[in-house]
Amino acid sequence: MENTNTLVDKSRLVDEKTVKARLVTIFTKWEVLLLLIFITMCIVFSILSPYFLDYFNLMNANFTFMEKAIIALPMIFVIMSGDIDISIASIIALCSFAMGAASASGASTPVIVLIGLLVGIAAGAFNGFFITAIGMPAIAVTLATQSVFRGIAKAVLEDQAYTTYPESFGFFGQGYVGDTLIPFELVLFLALAVVMWYILHQSSYGRKVYAIGNSTSAARFSGVPVKRIRFTNFVLNGLFCGIAAVLLTSRIGSTRPNIAEGWDMEIITLVVLGGVSINGGKGNIFGVIISIFLLGYLKFGMGLLNISGKVMIITTGTLLVVAVLLPMILDQIKAGKKITRKAA
Amino acid sequence: MNDNILELRGITKYFPGIKALDGVDLNIRPGEVHALIGENGAGKSTLVKILTGVYTPTEGKIFYKGKSVSFKNALEAQASGITAIHQEASMFSELSVAENIYMGHHLKTGKFPGSLDWRGMRKKTKALLDDLELDIHPDTLIKNLGVAQRHMVEIAKALSIDAQVVIMDEPTSALTLREVEDLYRIVRRLKEEGKAIIFISHKFDEIFEITDYFTVLRDGRYIGEGNVKESTVDDIVKMMVGRSLDQMYPESNAKIGDVILEAEGISQTGFFKDVSFKLHKGEILGFFGLVGAGRTEVMRSIFGIDKLSNGTVSINGKRVHIHNPKDAMDMGLAYVPEDRQNQGVILDMDLSKNITLPQIDNISPGTLIDKKKEKEITNEFGSMMEIKCAGYHVNANTLSGGNQQKVVLAKWLATKPAVLILDEPTKGIDVATKASVHKFVSELAAEGLGVILISSELPEVLGMADRVIVMHEGLITGEFTREEANSENIIRAATGTTDDIGGAA
Repeated sequence: MENTNTLVDKSRLVDEKTVKARLVTIFTKWEVLLLLIFITMCIVFSILSPYFLDYFNLMNANFTFMEKAIIALPMIFVIMSGDIDISIASIIALCSFAMGAASASGASTPVIVLIGLLVGIAAGAFNGFFITAIGMPAIAVTLATQSVFRGIAKAVLEDQAYTTYPESFGFFGQGYVGDTLIPFELVLFLALAVVMWYILHQSSYGRKVYAIGNSTSAARFSGVPVKRIRFTNFVLNGLFCGIAAVLLTSRIGSTRPNIAEGWDMEIITLVVLGGVSINGGKGNIFGVIISIFLLGYLKFGMGLLNISGKVMIITTGTLLVVAVLLPMILDQIKAGKKITRKAA
Repeated sequence: MNDNILELRGITKYFPGIKALDGVDLNIRPGEVHALIGENGAGKSTLVKILTGVYTPTEGKIFYKGKSVSFKNALEAQASGITAIHQEASMFSELSVAENIYMGHHLKTGKFPGSLDWRGMRKKTKALLDDLELDIHPDTLIKNLGVAQRHMVEIAKALSIDAQVVIMDEPTSALTLREVEDLYRIVRRLKEEGKAIIFISHKFDEIFEITDYFTVLRDGRYIGEGNVKESTVDDIVKMMVGRSLDQMYPESNAKIGDVILEAEGISQTGFFKDVSFKLHKGEILGFFGLVGAGRTEVMRSIFGIDKLSNGTVSINGKRVHIHNPKDAMDMGLAYVPEDRQNQGVILDMDLSKNITLPQIDNISPGTLIDKKKEKEITNEFGSMMEIKCAGYHVNANTLSGGNQQKVVLAKWLATKPAVLILDEPTKGIDVATKASVHKFVSELAAEGLGVILISSELPEVLGMADRVIVMHEGLITGEFTREEANSENIIRAATGTTDDIGGAA
């Protein structure tokens, strides 16, 4: 039965793959292209500046973007399932504010960290509740909480700042692993990335996220608990904002109301540039990890060459347009290749 | 011999993973209505798109007026006189009739660069409409016209560019009988004027009424052609499906067992009221009704997608509370939804992921997906349903409608259900797949599954169901055993005319 079926099919199917076709498939993959851009960039910078490939410099450069990188991880899940969260920077502000207040009233380092994480989870759950249980659009809810969360910090702090933290609290954002030059932030990010890779690409949870992003209704008809998963994504996002808030507050040693301002779009940029479709359902974690280091080292390299921040913004913007445009062009090339290959 | 205005030779078209057309020949003569016949998925639409320049053929040649041509886009095809009137009229509803007719080939005054001759266009539109004996004003907005009138405007548009070949893709599917008569009148006129008409239709009465000649496609291949007057319905059906009609419905020999699913007085405000029925093991229970009768809503709420406002549901005699599809699945229910593309499959996911989605938790001990198990399930149920695909790693959107439906069936059968609810399972799929779906359904019933079959196709309900429940405007208006059921009493119940003496309509 099975065999006859396969035989019948052969005539209508086109599935032979030549080496060339395989190469086309590989090199039109977005992650591979990003990696090539990344390598090219490193070569260019190392030619232009003798300080770029310095181990000490490279490791220290990580401090400037690891907090954003950590939030990009759960943001993949949020965007993948077709949602968006533009309140992340404000959640950081709220977490940092809570930690500052705790520290000011004499809390120890573990308590401060715990408070930061819990406030993050609560803020994420707050977003998730309105988006899934009430059914409001994610963009509207997080636009509102963007003001609300930071507003709380601003209202209480006004133009003051919390600047006293226990000495041991400084480790999270400034510390290195043992005697090496490897920042704790980098190791934490890589560990979290492995966990998130597992969840997204190996677990049933990740499969459901993909299903929701591709078709909410088909996922629902297949018994996927759509609301619960979307809610969990927002909670996860809040928790990671809490982690980032611990690192950032620890690194700069103070809490001001404008902490992390403007990070929302930077983090969404990392995710979209990494190849995650803003419509949901497509992308993977590898692309995002490459885009994190690509943008991070681009900023570092341009700093070494004394190129102004404005140019940096233009470059990021251009890359983002390319990120959206290129996959569309690549799809057309692939489709074209298939036809000419068959016609030959 | 060679008086053809349009000739296709060996047209072949590949799409990723599938050969949509395989060496199709077609001969179109002026002054003739040519029926293009084939099941859904036979390649008719692809062929039309090649003729109108939307697709370029991978192989093969098109000869138009004796010359080999290749159209780069729809505008080029239109300019040389080939135009198509589509199934769902593709017009700009916010623009007027005249604007629509001259869209893409506006008349210009020539006074200023780009200035349009509206007066001329209105005048000519009026002449065209008068010519077709249509009582439509050129300034009427399309959105204010009925479906039939829109079709007529499309035809007027075809005439405005002096089309030599007019393709009509199921033009009567949305028309009333009277409007169909109008369409026939116009088709006959076009024929007299020496235009060639390609008429795509599923309906045999139509084919025999209006067409002169036919070509049959099956599975993207040219099967044959012939003179309509010298052929019978059975000849054409044989060519379409490769066998004759009477084999269509499988024999039912399932033993009817105990009640497995029972609904008592279930209601959902605004959709259905006081619905009660029993489903037995091994039984195929047909649900017939007109669109909007509430059948789908009943099943959706039993499956936990919508909430019931009243009534109880029992499985194996025990009362159950189903809050979401997961609960329903855990109790052995499976629901193949009506809207295959939006609710059934996930188009951008591969077949294997589609098939295992409902039970992804069961094959993920401690969160990690067991890839080996996933492959086993996919292979078992994929080959059981005889899905035609380039492998289970391809995305569902590369498959034909019929094969997508097989994926949905595979995905639900893989959950090993005790009750299978099928909502219009054969809507829009080809005859061969339809027959294999029917075969599977009766085999499943024979294995002791309870099957609910919602269908708007009377022959399907009559051919498949052991018992038929008929709904009308949210209420059950009839229940018939296989012996009692006939088209007359079912239709009467479905339209609400329960009174034997005729009564109110």
